Amino acid sequence: MSDLIRDDGRKFDELRPIKIEAGVLERADGSAYLEVGGNKILVAVYGPRESYIRRLLEPNTGVIRCRYNMAPFSVDDRKRPGPDRRSSEISKITADALRPALMLENYPRSMIDVYIEVIEAEGGTRCAGITAASVALVDAGIPMKDIVVGCAAGKVYDEIVLDLSEKEDKEGQADVPIAMMPRTGEITLLQSDGNLTEEEFAKAIDLAMEGCRKVNEIQKEALMKKYSIE
Amino acid sequence: MIHVENKDLVIPGQILADDEYYSGRGTFKENGKVCSSLLGRVSLRNKKIRVIPLKSKYVPKKGDVVIGKIKDVRFSMWDVDINSPYSGILPAFEVFGREKKELNRVFDVGDVLFLRVVEVDEIKKAKLGLKGRGMGKFKGGIIVDIAPTKVPRLIGKKGSMINMIKDKTKCKIVVGQNGLVWVKGNEDMEQLTREIIHLIEAEAHTSGLTNKIKNKLYLAIDGELPPEEVEEVEEEEFVLEKPKLQNFKEELEEEEREEEERQKEEKKDKPDIGEVIEEFKRKNKSKDGSLSYGDNSNNSFILNNK
Repeated sequence: MSDLIRDDGRKFDELRPIKIEAGVLERADGSAYLEVGGNKILVAVYGPRESYIRRLLEPNTGVIRCRYNMAPFSVDDRKRPGPDRRSSEISKITADALRPALMLENYPRSMIDVYIEVIEAEGGTRCAGITAASVALVDAGIPMKDIVVGCAAGKVYDEIVLDLSEKEDKEGQADVPIAMMPRTGEITLLQSDGNLTEEEFAKAIDLAMEGCRKVNEIQKEALMKKYSIE
Repeated sequence: MIHVENKDLVIPGQILADDEYYSGRGTFKENGKVCSSLLGRVSLRNKKIRVIPLKSKYVPKKGDVVIGKIKDVRFSMWDVDINSPYSGILPAFEVFGREKKELNRVFDVGDVLFLRVVEVDEIKKAKLGLKGRGMGKFKGGIIVDIAPTKVPRLIGKKGSMINMIKDKTKCKIVVGQNGLVWVKGNEDMEQLTREIIHLIEAEAHTSGLTNKIKNKLYLAIDGELPPEEVEEVEEEEFVLEKPKLQNFKEELEEEEREEEERQKEEKKDKPDIGEVIEEFKRKNKSKDGSLSYGDNSNNSFILNNK
């Protein structure tokens, strides 16, 4: 294995420092706050509640809706507020990544809303958003098969590395964000941007899955810390 | 093999036990392992594992008593918000019978009512009714909301907890199974009761809670601890089972039984059915000379008694 030291001093398989807190918002049914590297993300979950959008309602199960939103001040150049192509995509893939873990058969015709607000962005916000959103869903008391966790791997300077920072994402050759359910190892999100050989791709997935397991431990800790007594 | 103990805090996806255990509420079985599906505490009883959630939403069930707020007045029913993903309706005939009245004169938007779930249909819409003791509109007071899963703890064994709070604060308290609690009394006491209820919610899993709350109540009201009681050796259990809600059901059943008996006795005193019909006919004739169906209720009453 490589002994490369990255621009920010990390090893190839080292995550950025990560901090998760559950149940931070008083009025939401569930919430979570996450910091990873320079990312700051706040997630609020409302529901299950009565579906006020008729066409979205499912007669035999509940539905989940996500909204990913970047604050105008979250990036160096001001981001124009409001939804754009990128945030609509991330909203959709986040909902898709979380859906397989939810067990909503007991809440037919209901709706769960997940609001992901990126307060500060520094690469890997979609994975961080998924990670924080599933903590918030658990906090809301929604039945789930497993806690979904997201993590990315990529290729920088011809080397496969874990958890790309913004700089590595922009200058690197590839980015592979994944989301998975750690207990069964099912992958619920897999995207790939850039050029990778078959071996590199397999290596990137293995590395990202390893990263997911590490992040999952921190998710569990955050929930246990919030709700265990003494 | 079991990996957890009773009362342990668990999170979704956590493996609780192997195949020989049964999977109860809040858990599921996958690949021969019992896993938790909720954030909550384990309840272990005879090889059956359940997880009691820390937070949950109320799903209406037939027979429950709930507190609801009128959301809308419609032509022949009220829309009621029952603190749930599913809305409730209160049909006009549950209130008036067959009489026709203006609905918003009786209950208007914003009124808070104590109701019973009469029926839950296949789309989980709850049909509500007002039959039963103490059902109806609340006047004044405050509403405190707690997680529906904590309701049994607030009531306590045979109502021990709630009765103690009622006695001490001199407040009227009504608990709905949907997690809403109505409190009315002296203004300061209302606030104190609210605090106490939230405290119970936060510490629902600890044992000896009734005593702790008792001390707190006495301190807040009398400024001193309660007199030492003769050891009541009733080790408080971690109440997870749903106890009978304030014995409402029992009360209701008793009421119904009494009602039946009363009816039976009335029957005994009743004159012959033939006579009744004769008299009925005579009465109607004297009114307008013909047998009318206007007074349906009387007719059906006779038929029922046959």
